[in-house]
Amino acid sequence: MRGRRTSGEYRLRRVAGRVGLYLSVIVLVSPALLVFLWMLSLSLKNEVDNMAFPPVFIPNPPTLDNYVQVFAQNDFLSYTINSVIVSFSATFLALAVGVPAGYGIAKSRATKAALLILIARITPGLSYLIPLFLLFQWIGLIGTLTPLVITHLVITVPIVVWVMIGFFEGLPGELEEAALVDGATIWQAFRYVAMPLARPGITVAMILSFIFSWNNFIFGVVLAGRETRTLPVAVYNVLTFEQVSWGPLAAAALVVTAPVLLLTLLMQKEIIAGLTTGGVKGG
Amino acid sequence: MDGAISAPLARRAVRRPGQNYARRYWAFAIPAGIVVITVMVFPWLFTLFMSVHDWHIGGTRSWAGLANYAHLLDDERFQTSILRTLYFTALSVAAPVVLGIAAAVCFHRNFPGRGIARTIFIMPMMATPVAVALVWTMMFHPQLGVLNYLLTSVGLPPSEWVYNAGTVIPTLVMVETWQWTPLVMLIVLGGLASLPTDPYEAAILDGANGWQMFRHITLPLVWPFVVVALVIRTIDALKAFDTIFVISGGGPGSASETINLLLYLTAFNYYDMGYASAIVVVFFLLILAITLVLLRVRQREKWL
Repeated sequence: MRGRRTSGEYRLRRVAGRVGLYLSVIVLVSPALLVFLWMLSLSLKNEVDNMAFPPVFIPNPPTLDNYVQVFAQNDFLSYTINSVIVSFSATFLALAVGVPAGYGIAKSRATKAALLILIARITPGLSYLIPLFLLFQWIGLIGTLTPLVITHLVITVPIVVWVMIGFFEGLPGELEEAALVDGATIWQAFRYVAMPLARPGITVAMILSFIFSWNNFIFGVVLAGRETRTLPVAVYNVLTFEQVSWGPLAAAALVVTAPVLLLTLLMQKEIIAGLTTGGVKGG
Repeated sequence: MDGAISAPLARRAVRRPGQNYARRYWAFAIPAGIVVITVMVFPWLFTLFMSVHDWHIGGTRSWAGLANYAHLLDDERFQTSILRTLYFTALSVAAPVVLGIAAAVCFHRNFPGRGIARTIFIMPMMATPVAVALVWTMMFHPQLGVLNYLLTSVGLPPSEWVYNAGTVIPTLVMVETWQWTPLVMLIVLGGLASLPTDPYEAAILDGANGWQMFRHITLPLVWPFVVVALVIRTIDALKAFDTIFVISGGGPGSASETINLLLYLTAFNYYDMGYASAIVVVFFLLILAITLVLLRVRQREKWL
Protein backbone atom coordinates (compact mmCIF):
# COMPACT_ATOMS: atom_id res chain seq x y z
CA MET A 1 0.00 0.00 0.00
CA ARG A 2 1.37 3.35 -1.06
CA GLY A 3 0.57 6.75 0.40
CA ARG A 4 -0.45 5.94 3.95
CA ARG A 5 -2.23 8.82 5.51
CA THR A 6 -3.26 9.75 9.02
CA SER A 7 -6.95 9.64 9.93
CA GLY A 8 -6.98 13.43 10.29
CA GLU A 9 -5.77 13.85 6.75
CA TYR A 10 -8.51 11.50 5.52
CA ARG A 11 -11.19 13.49 7.33
CA LEU A 12 -9.91 16.74 5.88
CA ARG A 13 -9.92 15.27 2.38
CA ARG A 14 -13.45 13.97 2.87
CA VAL A 15 -14.73 17.32 4.06
CA ALA A 16 -12.96 19.09 1.19
CA GLY A 17 -14.51 16.57 -1.23
CA ARG A 18 -17.97 17.22 0.16
CA VAL A 19 -17.58 20.98 -0.07
CA GLY A 20 -16.30 20.65 -3.64
CA LEU A 21 -19.25 18.44 -4.56
CA TYR A 22 -21.79 20.88 -3.12
CA LEU A 23 -20.14 23.81 -4.86
CA SER A 24 -20.19 21.98 -8.19
CA VAL A 25 -23.86 21.06 -7.76
CA ILE A 26 -24.71 24.68 -6.97
CA VAL A 27 -22.80 25.86 -10.05
CA LEU A 28 -24.57 23.27 -12.20
CA VAL A 29 -28.10 23.85 -10.92
CA SER A 30 -28.16 27.62 -10.54
CA PRO A 31 -28.38 28.56 -14.26
CA ALA A 32 -31.53 26.45 -14.56
CA LEU A 33 -32.98 27.74 -11.31
CA LEU A 34 -32.15 31.41 -11.94
CA VAL A 35 -33.66 31.53 -15.43
CA PHE A 36 -36.95 30.11 -14.21
CA LEU A 37 -36.97 32.38 -11.14
CA TRP A 38 -36.29 35.39 -13.37
CA MET A 39 -39.16 34.32 -15.61
CA LEU A 40 -41.43 34.17 -12.55
CA SER A 41 -40.12 37.50 -11.29
CA LEU A 42 -40.75 39.25 -14.64
CA SER A 43 -44.27 37.85 -14.79
CA LEU A 44 -45.18 39.18 -11.31
CA LYS A 45 -43.86 42.74 -11.73
CA ASN A 46 -45.48 45.80 -13.25
CA GLU A 47 -44.04 47.36 -16.39
CA VAL A 48 -42.18 50.11 -14.55
CA ASP A 49 -40.23 47.63 -12.42
CA ASN A 50 -39.56 45.40 -15.42
CA MET A 51 -37.98 48.30 -17.31
CA ALA A 52 -35.95 49.50 -14.35
CA PHE A 53 -32.17 49.48 -14.41
CA PRO A 54 -30.61 48.21 -12.21
CA PRO A 55 -33.26 45.48 -12.39
CA VAL A 56 -35.76 44.90 -9.63
CA PHE A 57 -35.31 41.29 -8.55
CA ILE A 58 -38.08 40.68 -6.02
CA PRO A 59 -41.56 41.80 -7.16
CA ASN A 60 -42.79 44.30 -4.60
CA PRO A 61 -45.70 44.03 -4.36
CA PRO A 62 -46.26 41.03 -6.68
CA THR A 63 -49.08 41.55 -9.13
CA LEU A 64 -51.14 39.15 -11.24
CA ASP A 65 -52.06 41.87 -13.74
CA ASN A 66 -49.82 40.36 -16.43
CA TYR A 67 -51.63 37.03 -16.24
CA VAL A 68 -55.01 38.75 -16.34
CA GLN A 69 -53.88 40.70 -19.38
CA VAL A 70 -52.64 37.58 -21.18
CA PHE A 71 -55.96 35.83 -20.85
CA ALA A 72 -58.16 38.90 -21.31
CA GLN A 73 -56.45 40.55 -24.28
CA ASN A 74 -54.69 37.73 -26.06
CA ASP A 75 -57.36 35.05 -25.93
CA PHE A 76 -54.97 32.56 -24.39
CA LEU A 77 -57.86 30.44 -23.24
CA SER A 78 -58.73 29.41 -26.79
CA TYR A 79 -55.06 28.82 -27.63
CA THR A 80 -54.78 26.63 -24.54
CA ILE A 81 -57.77 24.64 -25.74
CA ASN A 82 -56.13 24.29 -29.18
CA SER A 83 -52.92 23.03 -27.61
CA VAL A 84 -54.80 20.57 -25.41
CA ILE A 85 -56.78 19.21 -28.37
CA VAL A 86 -53.73 18.86 -30.61
CA SER A 87 -51.40 17.31 -28.04
CA PHE A 88 -53.97 14.91 -26.62
CA SER A 89 -55.18 13.78 -30.06
CA ALA A 90 -51.65 13.33 -31.38
CA THR A 91 -50.63 11.40 -28.27
CA PHE A 92 -53.74 9.22 -28.25
CA LEU A 93 -53.47 8.37 -31.95
CA ALA A 94 -49.76 7.63 -31.56
CA LEU A 95 -50.47 5.25 -28.68
CA ALA A 96 -53.23 3.54 -30.66
CA VAL A 97 -50.93 2.74 -33.57
CA GLY A 98 -47.55 2.85 -31.83
CA VAL A 99 -48.07 0.41 -28.96
CA PRO A 100 -49.04 -2.51 -31.21
CA ALA A 101 -46.29 -1.53 -33.63
CA GLY A 102 -43.71 -1.55 -30.85
CA TYR A 103 -44.92 -5.00 -29.87
CA GLY A 104 -44.80 -6.33 -33.41
CA ILE A 105 -41.32 -4.96 -34.02
CA ALA A 106 -39.99 -6.23 -30.68
CA LYS A 107 -41.46 -9.70 -31.28
CA SER A 108 -40.29 -10.07 -34.85
CA ARG A 109 -36.87 -8.64 -33.90
CA ALA A 110 -36.99 -6.37 -36.91
CA THR A 111 -33.74 -4.46 -36.81
CA LYS A 112 -34.59 -2.65 -40.03
CA ALA A 113 -37.45 -0.90 -38.23
CA ALA A 114 -34.87 0.67 -35.95
CA LEU A 115 -33.18 2.07 -39.03
CA LEU A 116 -36.46 3.69 -40.08
CA ILE A 117 -36.71 5.35 -36.70
CA LEU A 118 -33.15 6.57 -37.00
CA ILE A 119 -34.09 8.21 -40.29
CA ALA A 120 -37.15 9.76 -38.67
CA ARG A 121 -34.92 10.96 -35.87
CA ILE A 122 -32.42 12.74 -38.09
CA THR A 123 -34.90 14.31 -40.52
CA PRO A 124 -35.47 17.99 -39.77
CA GLY A 125 -39.10 18.80 -38.95
CA LEU A 126 -39.19 21.43 -41.68
CA SER A 127 -38.67 18.85 -44.40
CA TYR A 128 -42.00 17.22 -43.59
CA LEU A 129 -43.65 20.59 -43.44
CA ILE A 130 -43.05 21.78 -46.97
CA PRO A 131 -44.88 18.93 -48.73
CA LEU A 132 -47.51 18.60 -45.99
CA PHE A 133 -48.22 22.32 -46.12
CA LEU A 134 -48.87 22.09 -49.87
CA LEU A 135 -50.99 18.97 -49.37
CA PHE A 136 -53.15 20.56 -46.68
CA GLN A 137 -53.51 23.70 -48.72
CA TRP A 138 -54.64 21.66 -51.69
CA ILE A 139 -57.20 19.72 -49.64
CA GLY A 140 -58.28 22.97 -47.98
CA LEU A 141 -57.51 21.98 -44.39
CA ILE A 142 -55.34 25.00 -43.56
CA GLY A 143 -57.03 26.94 -40.80
CA THR A 144 -58.37 23.87 -38.99
CA LEU A 145 -56.72 21.85 -36.24
CA THR A 146 -56.58 18.66 -38.33
CA PRO A 147 -53.26 19.45 -40.10
CA LEU A 148 -51.68 20.15 -36.73
CA VAL A 149 -52.82 16.85 -35.27
CA ILE A 150 -51.61 14.97 -38.34
CA THR A 151 -48.18 16.62 -38.44
CA HIS A 152 -47.71 16.17 -34.71
CA LEU A 153 -47.86 12.43 -35.43
CA VAL A 154 -44.44 12.94 -37.00
CA ILE A 155 -43.20 13.61 -33.46
CA THR A 156 -45.36 11.34 -31.35
CA VAL A 157 -45.40 8.09 -33.37
CA PRO A 158 -41.60 7.54 -33.41
CA ILE A 159 -41.39 8.33 -29.68
CA VAL A 160 -44.14 5.85 -28.78
CA VAL A 161 -42.84 3.11 -31.09
CA TRP A 162 -39.29 3.54 -29.86
CA VAL A 163 -40.13 3.53 -26.16
CA MET A 164 -42.48 0.56 -26.59
CA ILE A 165 -39.94 -1.54 -28.52
CA GLY A 166 -37.61 -1.11 -25.56
CA PHE A 167 -40.24 -2.09 -23.01
CA PHE A 168 -41.61 -5.08 -24.91
CA GLU A 169 -38.10 -6.37 -25.52
CA GLY A 170 -37.56 -6.20 -21.77
CA LEU A 171 -40.58 -8.38 -20.99
CA PRO A 172 -39.86 -12.06 -20.35
CA GLY A 173 -42.33 -13.38 -22.97
CA GLU A 174 -43.08 -16.65 -21.15
CA LEU A 175 -46.49 -15.50 -19.99
CA GLU A 176 -47.55 -14.74 -23.56
CA GLU A 177 -46.27 -18.11 -24.72
CA ALA A 178 -48.31 -19.77 -21.97
CA ALA A 179 -51.36 -17.86 -23.19
CA LEU A 180 -50.69 -19.00 -26.78
CA VAL A 181 -50.40 -22.60 -25.63
CA ASP A 182 -53.76 -22.20 -23.92
CA GLY A 183 -55.25 -21.25 -27.28
CA ALA A 184 -55.15 -17.47 -27.20
CA THR A 185 -54.63 -15.64 -30.48
CA ILE A 186 -51.48 -13.51 -30.74
CA TRP A 187 -53.74 -10.47 -30.62
CA GLN A 188 -55.23 -11.71 -27.34
CA ALA A 189 -51.78 -12.50 -25.96
CA PHE A 190 -50.82 -8.94 -26.76
CA ARG A 191 -54.02 -7.32 -25.54
CA TYR A 192 -54.54 -9.24 -22.30
CA VAL A 193 -51.03 -10.36 -21.33
CA ALA A 194 -48.27 -8.20 -22.77
CA MET A 195 -50.06 -4.84 -22.78
CA PRO A 196 -51.03 -4.85 -19.09
CA LEU A 197 -47.45 -5.79 -18.23
CA ALA A 198 -46.13 -2.94 -20.33
CA ARG A 199 -48.32 -0.34 -18.64
CA PRO A 200 -45.31 1.47 -17.12
CA GLY A 201 -43.84 1.71 -20.62
CA ILE A 202 -47.10 3.06 -22.00
CA THR A 203 -47.09 5.73 -19.29
CA VAL A 204 -43.55 6.75 -20.23
CA ALA A 205 -44.42 6.87 -23.94
CA MET A 206 -47.55 8.89 -23.22
CA ILE A 207 -45.79 11.49 -21.07
CA LEU A 208 -42.90 11.99 -23.49
CA SER A 209 -45.02 12.22 -26.59
CA PHE A 210 -47.38 14.64 -24.86
CA ILE A 211 -44.51 16.88 -23.75
CA PHE A 212 -42.77 16.97 -27.12
CA SER A 213 -46.04 17.61 -28.91
CA TRP A 214 -46.98 20.36 -26.44
CA ASN A 215 -43.58 22.02 -26.86
CA ASN A 216 -43.58 21.89 -30.64
CA PHE A 217 -43.40 25.25 -32.30
CA ILE A 218 -42.37 24.87 -35.90
CA PHE A 219 -45.43 22.95 -37.14
CA GLY A 220 -47.76 25.43 -35.52
CA VAL A 221 -45.95 28.47 -36.86
CA VAL A 222 -46.43 27.25 -40.43
CA LEU A 223 -49.78 25.48 -40.28
CA ALA A 224 -51.83 27.38 -37.72
CA GLY A 225 -54.18 30.14 -38.74
CA ARG A 226 -55.29 32.99 -36.51
CA GLU A 227 -57.86 30.88 -34.74
CA THR A 228 -55.89 27.67 -34.54
CA ARG A 229 -52.67 28.80 -32.91
CA THR A 230 -51.20 26.50 -30.34
CA LEU A 231 -49.72 28.01 -27.18
CA PRO A 232 -46.06 28.16 -28.30
CA VAL A 233 -47.12 30.02 -31.46
CA ALA A 234 -49.37 32.33 -29.47
CA VAL A 235 -46.63 33.25 -27.03
CA TYR A 236 -44.25 33.97 -29.92
CA ASN A 237 -46.86 36.29 -31.38
CA VAL A 238 -47.06 38.23 -28.12
CA LEU A 239 -43.42 39.11 -28.78
CA THR A 240 -43.78 40.11 -32.40
CA PHE A 241 -46.92 42.19 -32.27
CA GLU A 242 -46.87 44.02 -28.98
CA GLN A 243 -43.45 45.63 -28.88
CA VAL A 244 -41.45 45.11 -25.74
CA SER A 245 -43.88 44.40 -22.96
CA TRP A 246 -41.99 42.09 -20.71
CA GLY A 247 -44.50 41.37 -17.95
CA PRO A 248 -47.23 39.87 -20.14
CA LEU A 249 -44.60 38.13 -22.29
CA ALA A 250 -43.06 36.39 -19.27
CA ALA A 251 -46.50 35.54 -17.92
CA ALA A 252 -47.49 34.03 -21.26
CA ALA A 253 -44.25 32.06 -21.44
CA LEU A 254 -44.82 30.69 -17.97
CA VAL A 255 -48.41 29.71 -18.79
CA VAL A 256 -47.16 27.76 -21.81
CA THR A 257 -44.42 25.88 -20.04
CA ALA A 258 -46.03 25.42 -16.59
CA PRO A 259 -47.89 22.18 -17.46
CA VAL A 260 -44.68 20.64 -18.76
CA LEU A 261 -42.63 21.71 -15.75
CA LEU A 262 -45.34 20.32 -13.46
CA LEU A 263 -45.27 17.01 -15.32
CA THR A 264 -41.48 16.93 -14.99
CA LEU A 265 -41.74 17.45 -11.24
CA LEU A 266 -44.39 14.77 -10.78
CA MET A 267 -43.18 12.20 -13.30
CA GLN A 268 -39.42 12.63 -13.05
CA LYS A 269 -38.70 8.91 -12.85
CA GLU A 270 -40.78 7.98 -15.89
CA ILE A 271 -39.36 10.82 -17.97
CA ILE A 272 -35.78 9.92 -17.17
CA ALA A 273 -36.45 6.25 -17.89
CA GLY A 274 -37.92 7.16 -21.27
CA LEU A 275 -35.23 9.62 -22.29
CA THR A 276 -32.38 7.31 -21.41
CA THR A 277 -33.75 4.47 -23.53
CA GLY A 278 -32.90 6.40 -26.61
CA GLY A 279 -32.66 10.13 -26.24
CA VAL A 280 -35.91 10.59 -28.10
CA LYS A 281 -36.80 14.08 -29.10
CA GLY A 282 -39.12 15.19 -31.82
CA GLY A 283 -39.11 17.94 -34.42
CA MET B 1 -59.43 -2.48 -34.90
CA ASP B 2 -59.60 -5.28 -32.39
CA GLY B 3 -61.65 -7.54 -34.62
CA ALA B 4 -60.02 -6.48 -37.84
CA ILE B 5 -56.58 -7.55 -36.71
CA SER B 6 -57.38 -10.56 -34.60
CA ALA B 7 -59.73 -12.34 -37.02
CA PRO B 8 -57.22 -13.22 -39.75
CA LEU B 9 -54.47 -13.84 -37.25
CA ALA B 10 -56.56 -16.05 -35.00
CA ARG B 11 -56.86 -18.91 -37.46
CA ARG B 12 -53.13 -19.33 -37.82
CA ALA B 13 -51.95 -18.52 -34.35
CA VAL B 14 -53.50 -21.39 -32.46
CA ARG B 15 -51.43 -24.28 -33.75
CA ARG B 16 -47.78 -23.72 -33.13
CA PRO B 17 -47.18 -21.29 -30.33
CA GLY B 18 -43.72 -20.06 -29.53
CA GLN B 19 -41.86 -20.25 -32.80
CA ASN B 20 -41.82 -18.77 -36.27
CA TYR B 21 -44.19 -15.99 -35.44
CA ALA B 22 -41.85 -13.31 -36.66
CA ARG B 23 -43.72 -12.63 -39.86
CA ARG B 24 -47.16 -12.70 -38.31
CA TYR B 25 -46.21 -10.09 -35.74
CA TRP B 26 -45.71 -7.63 -38.57
CA ALA B 27 -49.49 -7.20 -38.69
CA PHE B 28 -49.24 -5.25 -35.47
CA ALA B 29 -47.22 -2.60 -37.25
CA ILE B 30 -49.67 -2.08 -40.13
CA PRO B 31 -51.63 0.87 -38.64
CA ALA B 32 -48.39 2.60 -37.66
CA GLY B 33 -47.03 1.80 -41.11
CA ILE B 34 -49.97 3.59 -42.74
CA VAL B 35 -49.34 6.65 -40.59
CA VAL B 36 -45.63 6.58 -41.36
CA ILE B 37 -46.30 6.34 -45.09
CA THR B 38 -48.72 9.25 -44.95
CA VAL B 39 -46.77 11.71 -42.84
CA MET B 40 -43.19 10.64 -43.53
CA VAL B 41 -42.69 8.59 -46.69
CA PHE B 42 -45.10 10.57 -48.83
CA PRO B 43 -43.54 13.92 -47.83
CA TRP B 44 -40.13 12.52 -48.71
CA LEU B 45 -41.18 11.40 -52.17
CA PHE B 46 -43.02 14.66 -52.78
CA THR B 47 -39.93 16.60 -51.68
CA LEU B 48 -37.78 14.75 -54.21
CA PHE B 49 -40.42 15.47 -56.86
CA MET B 50 -40.55 19.19 -56.03
CA SER B 51 -36.79 19.51 -55.89
CA VAL B 52 -36.55 18.91 -59.63
CA HIS B 53 -39.23 21.47 -60.39
CA ASP B 54 -39.38 25.21 -60.47
CA TRP B 55 -42.16 25.45 -57.94
CA HIS B 56 -43.39 28.73 -56.45
CA ILE B 57 -46.54 29.00 -54.39
CA GLY B 58 -49.04 30.97 -56.45
CA GLY B 59 -46.59 31.11 -59.33
CA THR B 60 -44.77 29.00 -61.86
CA ARG B 61 -44.61 25.25 -61.70
CA SER B 62 -42.43 23.62 -64.30
CA TRP B 63 -39.83 20.91 -64.79
CA ALA B 64 -36.41 22.19 -63.84
CA GLY B 65 -34.20 19.14 -63.89
CA LEU B 66 -31.23 19.60 -61.64
CA ALA B 67 -31.32 23.39 -61.87
CA ASN B 68 -32.20 23.79 -58.19
CA TYR B 69 -29.25 21.64 -57.17
CA ALA B 70 -26.95 23.47 -59.59
CA HIS B 71 -28.09 26.72 -58.04
CA LEU B 72 -27.01 25.43 -54.59
CA LEU B 73 -23.47 25.13 -55.91
CA ASP B 74 -23.17 28.83 -56.68
CA ASP B 75 -25.44 30.14 -53.93
CA GLU B 76 -23.06 31.83 -51.54
CA ARG B 77 -25.76 32.40 -48.95
CA PHE B 78 -26.45 28.66 -48.78
CA GLN B 79 -22.76 27.76 -48.55
CA THR B 80 -22.14 30.26 -45.78
CA SER B 81 -25.13 28.84 -43.91
CA ILE B 82 -23.52 25.39 -44.04
CA LEU B 83 -20.30 26.69 -42.49
CA ARG B 84 -22.31 28.57 -39.88
CA THR B 85 -24.30 25.45 -39.06
CA LEU B 86 -21.10 23.44 -38.63
CA TYR B 87 -19.61 26.15 -36.39
CA PHE B 88 -22.78 26.29 -34.28
CA THR B 89 -22.92 22.50 -34.12
CA ALA B 90 -19.30 22.00 -33.07
CA LEU B 91 -19.72 24.40 -30.16
CA SER B 92 -23.17 23.11 -29.17
CA VAL B 93 -21.87 19.56 -29.05
CA ALA B 94 -18.61 20.22 -27.23
CA ALA B 95 -19.93 22.39 -24.42
CA PRO B 96 -22.92 20.22 -23.38
CA VAL B 97 -20.91 17.00 -23.64
CA VAL B 98 -18.08 18.26 -21.41
CA LEU B 99 -20.44 19.85 -18.90
CA GLY B 100 -22.81 16.88 -19.08
CA ILE B 101 -20.05 14.44 -18.15
CA ALA B 102 -19.05 16.65 -15.22
CA ALA B 103 -22.67 16.91 -14.12
CA ALA B 104 -23.16 13.16 -14.38
CA VAL B 105 -20.12 12.54 -12.17
CA CYS B 106 -21.60 14.91 -9.56
CA PHE B 107 -25.10 13.47 -9.70
CA HIS B 108 -23.76 9.94 -9.57
CA ARG B 109 -22.57 10.58 -6.02
CA ASN B 110 -25.06 10.41 -3.23
CA PHE B 111 -25.84 13.57 -1.30
CA PRO B 112 -28.86 14.96 0.52
CA GLY B 113 -31.11 16.90 -1.85
CA ARG B 114 -29.90 15.03 -4.92
CA GLY B 115 -33.43 14.26 -6.16
CA ILE B 116 -34.63 17.85 -6.20
CA ALA B 117 -31.31 19.15 -7.55
CA ARG B 118 -31.54 16.69 -10.45
CA THR B 119 -35.15 17.66 -11.15
CA ILE B 120 -34.24 21.34 -11.36
CA PHE B 121 -31.24 20.48 -13.51
CA ILE B 122 -33.31 18.67 -16.16
CA MET B 123 -36.05 21.33 -16.31
CA PRO B 124 -34.42 23.40 -19.08
CA MET B 125 -34.59 20.35 -21.34
CA MET B 126 -38.28 19.73 -20.70
CA ALA B 127 -39.47 23.35 -20.75
CA THR B 128 -41.12 24.66 -23.91
CA PRO B 129 -38.20 25.92 -26.07
CA VAL B 130 -40.09 28.97 -27.33
CA ALA B 131 -40.99 30.04 -23.80
CA VAL B 132 -37.45 29.84 -22.46
CA ALA B 133 -36.09 31.41 -25.64
CA LEU B 134 -38.29 34.45 -24.97
CA VAL B 135 -36.99 34.74 -21.42
CA TRP B 136 -33.41 34.58 -22.74
CA THR B 137 -34.30 37.26 -25.30
CA MET B 138 -35.35 39.55 -22.47
CA MET B 139 -32.20 38.74 -20.53
CA PHE B 140 -30.02 39.56 -23.57
CA HIS B 141 -31.43 43.09 -23.92
CA PRO B 142 -28.31 45.27 -24.21
CA GLN B 143 -29.59 48.15 -22.04
CA LEU B 144 -32.19 46.66 -19.72
CA GLY B 145 -31.23 42.99 -19.69
CA VAL B 146 -30.35 41.33 -16.44
CA LEU B 147 -27.25 39.62 -17.91
CA ASN B 148 -25.47 42.89 -18.68
CA TYR B 149 -26.39 44.12 -15.21
CA LEU B 150 -24.75 41.01 -13.74
CA LEU B 151 -21.67 41.42 -15.94
CA THR B 152 -21.14 45.08 -15.06
CA SER B 153 -21.81 44.49 -11.37
CA VAL B 154 -18.83 42.13 -11.21
CA GLY B 155 -16.70 44.59 -13.17
CA LEU B 156 -16.87 42.99 -16.63
CA PRO B 157 -17.74 44.95 -19.76
CA PRO B 158 -21.34 44.54 -21.01
CA SER B 159 -21.88 42.34 -24.09
CA GLU B 160 -24.06 42.91 -27.11
CA TRP B 161 -25.12 39.26 -26.99
CA VAL B 162 -27.34 38.48 -29.98
CA TYR B 163 -27.18 42.02 -31.34
CA ASN B 164 -23.62 41.62 -32.58
CA ALA B 165 -22.58 39.47 -35.53
CA GLY B 166 -19.50 38.24 -33.69
CA THR B 167 -21.19 37.15 -30.47
CA VAL B 168 -24.55 35.95 -31.72
CA ILE B 169 -23.56 32.33 -32.37
CA PRO B 170 -21.63 31.81 -29.10
CA THR B 171 -24.61 33.36 -27.31
CA LEU B 172 -27.06 30.99 -29.00
CA VAL B 173 -24.70 28.13 -28.14
CA MET B 174 -24.93 29.21 -24.52
CA VAL B 175 -28.72 28.84 -24.62
CA GLU B 176 -28.42 25.51 -26.41
CA THR B 177 -25.93 24.34 -23.77
CA TRP B 178 -28.19 25.48 -20.96
CA GLN B 179 -31.02 23.53 -22.54
CA TRP B 180 -29.36 20.28 -23.58
CA THR B 181 -26.57 19.58 -21.08
CA PRO B 182 -29.20 17.69 -19.00
CA LEU B 183 -29.78 15.15 -21.78
CA VAL B 184 -26.05 14.37 -21.97
CA MET B 185 -25.99 14.16 -18.17
CA LEU B 186 -28.87 11.66 -18.10
CA ILE B 187 -27.30 9.42 -20.73
CA VAL B 188 -23.87 9.43 -19.07
CA LEU B 189 -25.47 8.99 -15.64
CA GLY B 190 -27.14 5.84 -16.98
CA GLY B 191 -23.69 4.65 -18.00
CA LEU B 192 -22.14 5.42 -14.63
CA ALA B 193 -24.91 3.49 -12.86
CA SER B 194 -23.92 0.34 -14.76
CA LEU B 195 -20.20 0.49 -13.92
CA PRO B 196 -18.57 -2.24 -11.80
CA THR B 197 -17.05 -1.20 -8.47
CA ASP B 198 -14.02 -3.55 -8.43
CA PRO B 199 -11.61 -1.40 -10.48
CA TYR B 200 -12.20 1.49 -8.09
CA GLU B 201 -11.48 -0.60 -5.03
CA ALA B 202 -8.21 -1.78 -6.58
CA ALA B 203 -7.29 1.78 -7.57
CA ILE B 204 -7.95 3.14 -4.10
CA LEU B 205 -5.70 0.43 -2.68
CA ASP B 206 -3.04 1.54 -5.14
CA GLY B 207 -3.39 5.10 -3.89
CA ALA B 208 -4.92 6.61 -7.03
CA ASN B 209 -6.45 10.04 -6.64
CA GLY B 210 -9.87 11.15 -7.84
CA TRP B 211 -8.73 12.60 -11.15
CA GLN B 212 -6.61 9.53 -11.98
CA MET B 213 -9.57 7.25 -11.30
CA PHE B 214 -11.83 9.40 -13.46
CA ARG B 215 -9.31 9.61 -16.29
CA HIS B 216 -8.20 5.97 -16.38
CA ILE B 217 -11.25 4.05 -15.14
CA THR B 218 -14.49 6.02 -15.34
CA LEU B 219 -13.97 7.74 -18.67
CA PRO B 220 -12.94 4.63 -20.67
CA LEU B 221 -15.76 2.56 -19.18
CA VAL B 222 -18.43 5.17 -19.76
CA TRP B 223 -17.12 6.18 -23.20
CA PRO B 224 -19.77 4.28 -25.23
CA PHE B 225 -22.45 6.30 -23.47
CA VAL B 226 -20.58 9.51 -24.14
CA VAL B 227 -20.49 8.64 -27.84
CA VAL B 228 -24.24 8.05 -27.84
CA ALA B 229 -24.74 11.46 -26.24
CA LEU B 230 -22.38 12.93 -28.82
CA VAL B 231 -24.35 11.49 -31.73
CA ILE B 232 -27.72 12.62 -30.38
CA ARG B 233 -26.39 16.07 -29.58
CA THR B 234 -24.85 16.45 -33.05
CA ILE B 235 -28.12 15.55 -34.77
CA ASP B 236 -30.11 17.95 -32.60
CA ALA B 237 -27.63 20.80 -32.97
CA LEU B 238 -27.61 20.45 -36.77
CA LYS B 239 -31.42 20.62 -36.72
CA ALA B 240 -31.68 23.42 -34.12
CA PHE B 241 -34.45 25.82 -35.02
CA ASP B 242 -36.75 27.10 -32.27
CA THR B 243 -34.23 29.00 -30.15
CA ILE B 244 -32.40 30.53 -33.12
CA PHE B 245 -35.65 31.52 -34.82
CA VAL B 246 -37.08 33.14 -31.69
CA ILE B 247 -33.97 34.73 -30.21
CA SER B 248 -32.10 36.06 -33.24
CA GLY B 249 -34.30 35.18 -36.22
CA GLY B 250 -31.09 34.42 -38.12
CA GLY B 251 -29.74 37.91 -37.53
CA PRO B 252 -28.22 40.38 -37.07
CA GLY B 253 -28.14 40.54 -40.86
CA SER B 254 -27.64 36.88 -41.60
CA ALA B 255 -25.00 36.27 -38.91
CA SER B 256 -26.87 33.36 -37.34
CA GLU B 257 -28.68 32.07 -40.42
CA THR B 258 -28.14 28.31 -40.22
CA ILE B 259 -29.32 25.91 -42.94
CA ASN B 260 -32.58 25.31 -41.10
CA LEU B 261 -33.30 29.05 -40.88
CA LEU B 262 -32.49 29.56 -44.55
CA LEU B 263 -34.74 26.63 -45.35
CA TYR B 264 -37.61 28.20 -43.45
CA LEU B 265 -37.16 31.55 -45.16
CA THR B 266 -36.88 29.99 -48.62
CA ALA B 267 -40.04 27.94 -48.17
CA PHE B 268 -42.31 30.16 -46.11
CA ASN B 269 -41.12 33.69 -46.78
CA TYR B 270 -40.03 33.44 -50.41
CA TYR B 271 -42.40 30.54 -51.21
CA ASP B 272 -39.74 28.98 -53.42
CA MET B 273 -40.75 25.37 -52.74
CA GLY B 274 -38.58 23.81 -55.44
CA TYR B 275 -35.38 25.37 -54.20
CA ALA B 276 -36.36 24.72 -50.56
CA SER B 277 -36.87 21.05 -51.41
CA ALA B 278 -33.39 20.86 -52.91
CA ILE B 279 -32.03 22.40 -49.69
CA VAL B 280 -33.94 19.77 -47.70
CA VAL B 281 -32.38 16.94 -49.69
CA VAL B 282 -28.83 18.26 -49.33
CA PHE B 283 -29.39 19.13 -45.65
CA PHE B 284 -30.67 15.63 -44.95
CA LEU B 285 -27.71 14.03 -46.73
CA LEU B 286 -25.36 16.21 -44.69
CA ILE B 287 -26.95 15.14 -41.39
CA LEU B 288 -27.00 11.52 -42.54
CA ALA B 289 -23.31 11.61 -43.51
CA ILE B 290 -22.23 13.16 -40.22
CA THR B 291 -24.39 10.70 -38.26
CA LEU B 292 -22.96 7.70 -40.09
CA VAL B 293 -19.40 8.88 -39.52
CA LEU B 294 -20.11 9.24 -35.80
CA LEU B 295 -21.89 5.88 -35.66
CA ARG B 296 -18.78 4.21 -37.03
CA VAL B 297 -16.96 5.56 -34.00
CA ARG B 298 -19.62 4.06 -31.77
CA GLN B 299 -18.94 0.47 -30.88
CA ARG B 300 -21.10 -1.06 -28.26
CA GLU B 301 -24.40 0.51 -27.40
CA LYS B 302 -27.51 -0.08 -29.48
CA TRP B 303 -29.26 3.09 -28.56
CA LEU B 304 -30.73 5.75 -30.85
